[in-house]
Amino acid sequence: MANIWRMLAQRLGLGLVTLFVISLLIFGAAELLPGDFAQAVLGQSATEETVAAIRAEYGLDRPFHTRYVDWLGSALQGDFGQSLANRKPVADMIGDRLANTLFLALYAAAIAVPLSLMLGILAALFRNSIFDRSVNALALTSISFPEFFVAYILILWLAQSGLFPSISRFSVDLPLGQKLYNTFLPALTLTLVVTAHMMRMTRAAIINLLASPYIEMARLKGMPPFRVITRHALPNALAPIINVIALNLAYLITGVVVVEVVFVYPGLGQLMVDSVAKRDIPVVQAVALIFAAAYVLLNLTADVLSTLTNPRLMHRR
Amino acid sequence: MQFLITTFWIVFFVAAALCLGWLFRTMIIRLAPTNFAASMRRAPLTASFGMLVILLYIFVALFAPVLAPFGEREIVGGEFLPWSSEHLLGTDNLGRDMLTRMIYGARNTVGIALATTALAFVVGALLGLLAATVGGWLDQVLGRTVDVLMAIPALIFSLLLLTIFGTSVTTLILVIALIDSTRVFRLARSVAIGIVVMDYIEAAKLRGEGLWYLITREILPNAMAPLVAEFGLRFCFVFLAISALSFLGLGIQPPTADWGSMVRENATLITFGDITPLLPAGAIALLTVAVNFVVDWKLHEASGLKE
Amino acid sequence: MGTQSKDNPVLLRIRDLRIEGSSEDQWTEIVRGVNLTLRKGEVLGLIGESGAGKSTIGLACMGFVRDGCRFSDGSIEFDGIDLRKASRAEARALRGKRIAYVAQSAAASFNPAHRLIDQYSEGPVFHGVMSRGEAESDAVELYRRMQLPNPNEIGFRYPHQVSGGQLQRAMTAMAMSCRPDLIIFDEPTTALDVTTQIEVLSAIRDIIRQFGTAAIYISHDLAVVAQMADRIKVLLRGEEVEEADTYAMLAQPREDYTKSLWAVRSHARPEQPPVTDGTPIVSVRNVTAGYGQTIILQDVGFDIHPRRTVAVVGESGSGKSTAARVITGLLPPSDGEVFFDGGLLPPDYRKRSRDQLRQIQMIYQMADTALNPKLRIRDLIGRPAQMYLGLKGRALDDRVRALLSLIELEPEEYLDRLPSELSGGQKQRIGIARALAAEPKFIICDEVTSALDQIVAEGILQLLERLQSEFDLGYMFITHDLSTVRAIADEVVVMKEGRVVEQGPKTEMFQPPHDPYTELLLSSVAEMDPDWLTNLLAQRAAT
Repeated sequence: MANIWRMLAQRLGLGLVTLFVISLLIFGAAELLPGDFAQAVLGQSATEETVAAIRAEYGLDRPFHTRYVDWLGSALQGDFGQSLANRKPVADMIGDRLANTLFLALYAAAIAVPLSLMLGILAALFRNSIFDRSVNALALTSISFPEFFVAYILILWLAQSGLFPSISRFSVDLPLGQKLYNTFLPALTLTLVVTAHMMRMTRAAIINLLASPYIEMARLKGMPPFRVITRHALPNALAPIINVIALNLAYLITGVVVVEVVFVYPGLGQLMVDSVAKRDIPVVQAVALIFAAAYVLLNLTADVLSTLTNPRLMHRR
Repeated sequence: MQFLITTFWIVFFVAAALCLGWLFRTMIIRLAPTNFAASMRRAPLTASFGMLVILLYIFVALFAPVLAPFGEREIVGGEFLPWSSEHLLGTDNLGRDMLTRMIYGARNTVGIALATTALAFVVGALLGLLAATVGGWLDQVLGRTVDVLMAIPALIFSLLLLTIFGTSVTTLILVIALIDSTRVFRLARSVAIGIVVMDYIEAAKLRGEGLWYLITREILPNAMAPLVAEFGLRFCFVFLAISALSFLGLGIQPPTADWGSMVRENATLITFGDITPLLPAGAIALLTVAVNFVVDWKLHEASGLKE
Repeated sequence: MGTQSKDNPVLLRIRDLRIEGSSEDQWTEIVRGVNLTLRKGEVLGLIGESGAGKSTIGLACMGFVRDGCRFSDGSIEFDGIDLRKASRAEARALRGKRIAYVAQSAAASFNPAHRLIDQYSEGPVFHGVMSRGEAESDAVELYRRMQLPNPNEIGFRYPHQVSGGQLQRAMTAMAMSCRPDLIIFDEPTTALDVTTQIEVLSAIRDIIRQFGTAAIYISHDLAVVAQMADRIKVLLRGEEVEEADTYAMLAQPREDYTKSLWAVRSHARPEQPPVTDGTPIVSVRNVTAGYGQTIILQDVGFDIHPRRTVAVVGESGSGKSTAARVITGLLPPSDGEVFFDGGLLPPDYRKRSRDQLRQIQMIYQMADTALNPKLRIRDLIGRPAQMYLGLKGRALDDRVRALLSLIELEPEEYLDRLPSELSGGQKQRIGIARALAAEPKFIICDEVTSALDQIVAEGILQLLERLQSEFDLGYMFITHDLSTVRAIADEVVVMKEGRVVEQGPKTEMFQPPHDPYTELLLSSVAEMDPDWLTNLLAQRAAT
């Protein structure tokens, strides 16, 4: 067991290092601007004084490393500095929106994960049947659709008839049922997009395994197809499936941006898009850092979980 | 009622697509040289439909100025005019002809996506093959760099870079190509790693062959099939990413006709039940579906799986 | 293996079995009308080269066909049940319970996610033969009978924690778990080293005798089958060549094809006198090498003279291939040196001159991976000639044609083919032509015949012999197969765990007294004598 703990510690350390490098990248990217960001933000028309004022306010006259350490230090305490656009603390702007985005992502994941695993396993079980082919074609189609297309089709289809609201009114104090109802369409959009990916990957992972000699052996021991899948294929498919799930949950993070804009959902994605348009660099940096951290965390979790399901790593010679 | 009508249209489109695919396949089998016709005979309807669509898009993109009834940026009438004999698809939010902009969009959106993919491919594949062949510290350095770049979600990373460098077509192409080249690198490297361990590579090394010969003559020909398939998939990703950015107003900038921004500009119509803004979105979807269908068939064929 | 089984009732009867396989959307017959009768307690050997349809017939005995294959005609009757007409559920009820299967690669056929004992118990518990507790204690009993070390404890390991030979025995135990009437053994020892093979063979033979189980034993190795089977059926391309009692067949094969299987074994070239003077073409001196901290070769040394073949023999992990990598310069040794024609070779191939690279060529075991599948024969063979000898255009074309004639392939027909358009033996010939194109003085042959069928391998060995005398080549012949050594070597180097155990002229090596390991290796090679295993085990028990 000792080597498992060591391996986990290694993975965790690697994750932290990655996160650190990412933060450096996110913060350092702004340095690549010609001139500096005060100038870039204020544009050519800015007077010397206003540029100098911004520089002083954001401490741009100090060397890079001290600014970076300050930024990271306060970010770790939840302080992301001030917005350039409206001078409000970035943390206040993010606060509720982070929770809203998480709510939407979890909502979609709760539908998508079980659905796609089930479809993937069924498609693998009945591969090359009509069921498999149509699910596959459908999945391929919805992968190919831009998220906003899916979203608008759903609006035309389900919101025009008044079944569900096309604009997601959302606030923390709504009752849960109301929340789920109001955000049904964005969640469904995300689900459709992610399910397709996840289902295809699950199917591929299982079919890949079904060609192994030990699966043939199980069949030759007289085991029925369902047992072959659940007892012989699935335990070995866990690691690939965990990775598939993590990859797609991570994909949700990206998908959320477009979907939030379409449904005017008050989440982090919308904030980020608005801030990019305004070139509000501190806000963009903060949101990017949060998304990246979530992404790294997901991959790390998947990595650890798939290690734990691998008997070769758990039971050394 | 709306629900039923939409359902009807979906069924209609699927059936029409399969019919077209069947017609196209029959035509190709008749006309094409024998060996290509033989492989077409095994192609599923989805794939032959995909090929038909891709050919159609190429045609429209090449002959856009001939096909379009008006100029790309020409304001020809009132805003949001309905469909009519003069403006087949009506006009947009500034009174430009929708059909014209759809046709020019094929050229702009697809062209930019193609250029980006090609750039990502040249950079990613070359570095990936190099890393696998040379190994050692070069492989380590490139591998770790790509790991970090890939640890940031693609869309978020491109948003960050676009904030900093501003939104122009050149930065858009460079930023997306940079991000996607990391994915190409991963694939090219892993494919090449599988080839580099082969005895024929060892034999070539022992013969005293140079790096360039190894990569171009021994490795690349064997890596072509997966790389070509990846090009198709990568194109879809790039195309969708650029469209998403344009839709968000951060990609291809007006007044260039582009499908992503056209959806955004005319989105208000959807709340009135008008499907016109969905047409550019549908055009994007149709092309990605088509490319995916063809790639899926090719991958299936290459994997040697029997039906 | 007794004559008493002749009067037993029939257990399995196959009539006119035909099975088709699909390739490129076409169905071709791979089993073409095979008949088979097996009585209770009887062991039938199925023998044939690759493509003979042995495994397909073996699986068909369970009413099973692989994906991409289908039954097209005939009947399979097991104990009164027609397996082709039986429902899926009925067939499943038989599999594992009354007919069991032992696969070629136990390492791949055990599920990596479950412990051995869980996989053992699955069948009996599922088929309702035993309770879980009974199955577990039964497993320990059978592990003991299969002579596995620590029978009480070994079941609680995962497959990757157990060695190949032990896994193969554990798989036989698992097949026995429901006490089936019939077990199909599909090349169970092919992947094993000879010394391990003996242990597995004797364990398998003991257990099927103890339980009186009928068996079908599939192998490409006649000598191995002879130890196991009462009767032998010879197959060729999906058809039966002949069938006879083991003793009768070994004493007097009827068909030419069967006789040709014997002939290979009897080939041996006369040994050339050992060279005592003159510079060896390659000389390996005191070489120690390894990867990182692991040392694979320890103080290895031998000489190879022009026109001589030195066979380097050993089991997997003995370091014989590593020695080849040191000579070619792929693995620079941590100590010791390699001389070529009296001159010191740079340890790393990248530091060697083009001429030094040209002089040492290599032929690989798997012609499939040794030839770039995307290059045509013309380029595969032409490249070394172009590179080393500077040939171009017409001269290059002539040279390639001459080389093809040399390896007995018609130039017009083969010049523009891809490797995938050649048979296994032809690919290996192209590998030889590529080595010759460099006009070397020394060629390393790494298990060049072990992936080939016996008759094809024979042709390759004869070709290599002819080329040796024609071009004064020195050969280093790496192999695990002692009959190949007997056929081709002048001198022999025996390796074990990275050290040279013994070396000398072939005649000396095959005569006692031996080093104990050489003795073990030599005695473990199955012979064409049905009593060989019995006698050997008796002999080993006595000493």
